[in-house]
Amino acid sequence: MSFIGKLTDFLFRHEKVKIGGGEKAIQKQAAMGKMTARERINALLDPDTFFEYDLFVKHEGKDFGMDKKDLPADGVITGSGSILNHPVCIFAQDFTVAGGSLGLAHARKITKIMDHSIKMGIPLIGINDSGGARIQEGVNSLAGYGEIFFRNTLASGVIPQISVILGPCAGGAVYSPALTDFVFVVDKISKMFITGPEVIKTVLGEEITMEELGGARIQSEVTGNAHFYAKSEMECFEQIRRLCTFIPWNNSKKANPFPSKNPNSKYNIEKIIPSDPSRPYDVRDIIYSVVDGSDFLEIHEHWAANIVIGFARINGETIGIVGNQPLVLAGVLDVDSSDKAARFIRFCDAFNIPLLTLVDLPGYLPGVDQEHAGVIRHGAKILYAYSEATVPKVTVIMRKAYGGGYIAMCSRHLGADFVFAWPTAEIAVMGPEGAANIIFKNEIAEAADPNEMRKQKVAEYTEKFANPYVAAANGYIDAVINPNETRKILIQTLQLSKQKKEPRPLRKHGIPPF
Amino acid sequence: MEDQRKVNKLIIDDTAYETLLTGKFKNRKQYIKKDPNLINAFIPGVIRDINVKKGQSVKEGDQLLILEAMKMKNILSSHRNGKIKEIKVKSGDMVLKNQLLIVLE
Repeated sequence: MSFIGKLTDFLFRHEKVKIGGGEKAIQKQAAMGKMTARERINALLDPDTFFEYDLFVKHEGKDFGMDKKDLPADGVITGSGSILNHPVCIFAQDFTVAGGSLGLAHARKITKIMDHSIKMGIPLIGINDSGGARIQEGVNSLAGYGEIFFRNTLASGVIPQISVILGPCAGGAVYSPALTDFVFVVDKISKMFITGPEVIKTVLGEEITMEELGGARIQSEVTGNAHFYAKSEMECFEQIRRLCTFIPWNNSKKANPFPSKNPNSKYNIEKIIPSDPSRPYDVRDIIYSVVDGSDFLEIHEHWAANIVIGFARINGETIGIVGNQPLVLAGVLDVDSSDKAARFIRFCDAFNIPLLTLVDLPGYLPGVDQEHAGVIRHGAKILYAYSEATVPKVTVIMRKAYGGGYIAMCSRHLGADFVFAWPTAEIAVMGPEGAANIIFKNEIAEAADPNEMRKQKVAEYTEKFANPYVAAANGYIDAVINPNETRKILIQTLQLSKQKKEPRPLRKHGIPPF
Repeated sequence: MEDQRKVNKLIIDDTAYETLLTGKFKNRKQYIKKDPNLINAFIPGVIRDINVKKGQSVKEGDQLLILEAMKMKNILSSHRNGKIKEIKVKSGDMVLKNQLLIVLE
């Protein structure tokens, strides 16, 4: 065959496989409001940067007529490309080919790209759109899943791993996203569950739709399995690209710096914070008032909203922010908020991202449901994560820091490098009402007018202890600062912490309470 | 999304905080003390055999019924001596988790 002939043959083969499951299947995919795997990759990556691997891989299934079936690219597209001019590895399951089902060859393509991204030290993005295991391939497809989970775990804390759920992701398949750092879902398209509605109905008699069981809203509001929620696939890809501006490419790097930018002057701390510690405000307004360009990428926005987590920049450098949210559940720590913050703290620590903690909470949420849901075990996660973290840790106590909540929110005692308090801070074992009722129980009970006595004692306690100066006298905070100077001080302290080293005793790994 | 933009009060350590409540918080299960006379399904499933009759006396450990769930036949036995006051299900019934099956007296 001539050179031209060989080239034509190559192009012909290429085109044939690239079309995936064929016109009909592609139309079906579009009818479901979904883009094809190739469209998704091209929409997410920088234009014309996708470089495909393993296009001609074929499966070796022999049973149930599989030997006669040709599955283009075996239902998954893998390769590398770039986002914002930085290289990434990517795979996208192709639902038009055998429902994106996972057989051994399909899985091996994924594990190959995973190994590649670990070696190259670049992020891995997985787009999931699959009916699940390829039943015809039996235990081989289970082996495939297991090999993916194993690599997700090896890559954890080495390269950022991003999962995008753009279709069904059921059974064992959900555990790969669950092992990764960020999970993105899209309204009406994403569905995640271990056992589907049909199985639940036959086995347990409970009726539920796919959407109610594990749709995008449920995963981002109720379970916390998803970190980002979008209304459309395009919005989802924008979110991923934005996330990529904040994170480093691997654990030996720092996130790319950006030019520093002043916050929007409409966010004025004095006007945001009510002095009465029982009145609410939105902690995100405080974040906007101190970070570059008032630009904050919130993670888990719709789940456990009593704590706010996300990325921003101070003086051009990425920081991770954890802030109590007085607007929701008074900003208490509970099972979900502890879980949410702890995982985020560990991500920041693994990827060299300094932590800023904004404190205003009355403590842990009381209740039988919380105790029985294991708030002790879950609450311990946040203590563990903060104590374990060796990245620069800066804490600003804005208002209430009571009891166990004070300790948990990156206090000096958990190894904070800098602890600042605003003059509005109240660092105490509990709120004045509760404390007065315990300490002066007898005086109040025996007084001629118990209510008047209680008021007096609460005022006494407030005067003496509801301030930052008792903690300051003990050296537990480094400085009481003017709230308006917070940004300036953060810039200085982060600058100072750039060379920070904090060696820890050698060990295989710790045993966090998860 | 799940919170309604209506400020509520949440009391912690005798202080009432003005704040929004989450759907999850509002829908949390109130704790109800367990009534030792009620025997409920610990798992959703199908009732297979009922081994007792209304009015019958039972001893601790006596088999009351079989609840089939997750392909397993679970034997529910009496946790104490007593008398069957009421049987709320019949063989073949599909029951939900925590559904009342038998009342003892």
